[in-house]
Amino acid sequence: MSISEILFYFLSVMALGSALMVIISRNPVHSVLWLIVTFFAISGHYIMMNAQFLGIVNLIVYAGAIMVLFLFVIMLMNLNAETEPKKNKWLRMAGIVAGGCLLLVLVAALKDAEVRTSAVQLVDGDIGLIKQLGSVLFTDYVVPFEISSVLFLSAMVGAVVIGKKGD
Amino acid sequence: MYFTLLAFDWLFMIEKLVLIVGIVSISLVIAMYETWLERKVAAWMQDRRGPSRAGPIGLLQPLADGLKLFMKEEIIPNTSNRLLFILGPCLAMLAAMMTSAVIPWGGNIDFFGRAVSLQIADINIGILYVFAVVSMGVFGIMIGGWASNNKFSLMAALRGASQAISYELPMGLSLIALLMLTGSLKLSVIVGQQLDGVWNVVYQPLGFLIFLICAFAECNRTPFDLPEAENELNFGYHQEYSSMKLGFYLFAEYINMFISSVIMSTLYFGGYDIPFVNDAALAESIGVNLTAGLQALTLFIKTGGFIFFFMWVRWTIPRFRYDQLMNLGWKKMVPLALANMIITAAVILWLKK
Repeated sequence: MSISEILFYFLSVMALGSALMVIISRNPVHSVLWLIVTFFAISGHYIMMNAQFLGIVNLIVYAGAIMVLFLFVIMLMNLNAETEPKKNKWLRMAGIVAGGCLLLVLVAALKDAEVRTSAVQLVDGDIGLIKQLGSVLFTDYVVPFEISSVLFLSAMVGAVVIGKKGD
Repeated sequence: MYFTLLAFDWLFMIEKLVLIVGIVSISLVIAMYETWLERKVAAWMQDRRGPSRAGPIGLLQPLADGLKLFMKEEIIPNTSNRLLFILGPCLAMLAAMMTSAVIPWGGNIDFFGRAVSLQIADINIGILYVFAVVSMGVFGIMIGGWASNNKFSLMAALRGASQAISYELPMGLSLIALLMLTGSLKLSVIVGQQLDGVWNVVYQPLGFLIFLICAFAECNRTPFDLPEAENELNFGYHQEYSSMKLGFYLFAEYINMFISSVIMSTLYFGGYDIPFVNDAALAESIGVNLTAGLQALTLFIKTGGFIFFFMWVRWTIPRFRYDQLMNLGWKKMVPLALANMIITAAVILWLKK
């Protein structure tokens, strides 16, 4: 096995394992921390494909900013086991059915997906570096890029409006 | 592509390992003596003598402090979350140490015919890596504060995290203006451009000022040391910590101060550029190795200047109130950084025409 193969399996096990732990852990703060580990594993995958910018931005935005906000909310909510409401039995059943349906759809969608033998360019590709990414974003994908920036602006204005309501 | 296991460039591995060990130990020693310097500077400014008992002019004081911290009893509160309680200081320390990986400490040195770069990793995204690691440092504070299961610690941790997030924004924006000038995120390229030309601080005085203020806030130094405001929060997010775990938190702060000083000198003050000297010509006349040594020394002198500035401010300016801190961050720094960015972009476009 080559180094990149070992790294790939290591990161995959880490990503899947920590993603499972997000769901399994009883303590919500632990869940958030496992989610951060998951982001690290995914960033590791990006970096293996030499998409350095994507990998590091994934860390800065998701692990560094959004997860801190998650932690903020969860730490202030005092989610202890005693205060957790008892869940309805029927609600649980409905959850299981809904989750099973999602699994079915995913499996059906992935079953016919074409499996390529060499899908990614490892280590030496330069598609994911900043220069290429920037030029592609501002030439081929400039319209979606600008539209998403408008979306962010409207979200920001909305957040400010909600924040101002208390005054 | 198809290399087998254990068939890497062993010399390369050894070279990097030595470099990593060297840089980590240097930053630890510097952080140690920062605590000594801080007391000496404080004493000097308040017309006292400062530590003077352990060793000549108190030089052994940091060692005595370290010994004291190691010898103290470890107390882990019963109601705390044990695992996270221990993870907190580990994360703070780890994040503080990891930042030094992308900093160029000097030019290449010639080691028996092999050119060795004095930089651990010259990656394409250099400065963004620093940002990613810095944003990880927040978790150390938050986890530690929450796991202590103490209201004061939690309050301080929330303060610290919100402060760090708020000031990361103008820091990033002021950096964008700089990156427009340099056109690269690689720290080695940014320093290389300053070696031949003018230091970036000349082009970006406002950007540097914003970056400096945000660095103060990120390091939780006075006037932004609200997470540790002892008159409101007893002691801050590390109130329940004792022994070396407390030591790690305090130590991480000093390492952060050192690293942010290095980054400020690298980005805005020419990095390892020796002022008024043509580095390439110097390397030809006195040899590559000696030049690299002098360059590293120059970087450390610049860094020392910034560290002194950090301390000077600490013993001069009183602490902000919390609403003042947030107002400064969101209503003054962010618009200022945005204006700086737009002006820089306009000037660059205008000059290119």
